[in-house]
Amino acid sequence: MIPNEYSTGFWVLSLVTLAVVGFGLWRRLTDGHVRQAMPAEIPGIPLGRTATFVQFSSPVCAPCTTTRRLLQDLARIDGVQYVDLDVRENLDLVRKFEVSRTPTTLVLDPQGQVRHRILGVPRRAELDALIVPVESGMAS
Amino acid sequence: MTRIDPRGPRFGAAVTSAVLVAALLLPAPWGFVAAVVQAVAFALGALVGLQYQPWGVIFRQLVRPRLGPPSEREDPRAPRFAQMVGLLFLAVALLGWLASMEIVYFVAVGGALAAALLNAVFDVCLGCEMYVRIQRWRRQPMGPLREQV
Repeated sequence: MIPNEYSTGFWVLSLVTLAVVGFGLWRRLTDGHVRQAMPAEIPGIPLGRTATFVQFSSPVCAPCTTTRRLLQDLARIDGVQYVDLDVRENLDLVRKFEVSRTPTTLVLDPQGQVRHRILGVPRRAELDALIVPVESGMAS
Repeated sequence: MTRIDPRGPRFGAAVTSAVLVAALLLPAPWGFVAAVVQAVAFALGALVGLQYQPWGVIFRQLVRPRLGPPSEREDPRAPRFAQMVGLLFLAVALLGWLASMEIVYFVAVGGALAAALLNAVFDVCLGCEMYVRIQRWRRQPMGPLREQV
């Protein structure tokens, strides 16, 4: 057995601190990146000529509000479409795309195929890199 | 519902973390006293009203006057729900202690501390992580959080 100079509380605290710091740093590193996704379709979504951003949101989700503002700002670019879906009303899509947390954003190409996926608040630089000038279309 | 300064709940989470660290480390009965203090803080925020949460009161009276205005405001329902979850964890902890089930106390306090630390240090929205998963599991859409609080 572990020598008991340290209390149970000390070990619990150490474990919690390790877990929290590990999880927190991992999220900091991995959140918001644009990742490749398996091509698939979302029926009934208005499409942009350049790209379409489909955000899955839940009620009372602060990062969803931040993401909404970011993507609405991006959608001011001609050809970029933004759609916000409530997970409660789109459970079929939630299951189809295995959405497990909010915000989750899917990026569709002009043909309506899902090409990318972003977990958490998107990183602005990667969004900008995705939307190259309209003439050349969306970066793959 | 009036939106609130999001720095308030975050400050509250930091104070909560400190109190719960004390609940873990202080020798009996002081650790238990710290846990009771935090349970009361959660109860005030969850059951009476978010504006009565003592750490929030400290924030508004002592910290906020020294800060500029918030860059944005947030819906108070999420922090209030978090207080309720915290209260449940602490209730389990206190009952465990009183029933001499030490392990229950430490696991429950540890869980509440993990949530508070994630909030305070990394601004992680635990509700956002769990809501969709719970939805899919229940196979029916949940009502908005205000119906649960």
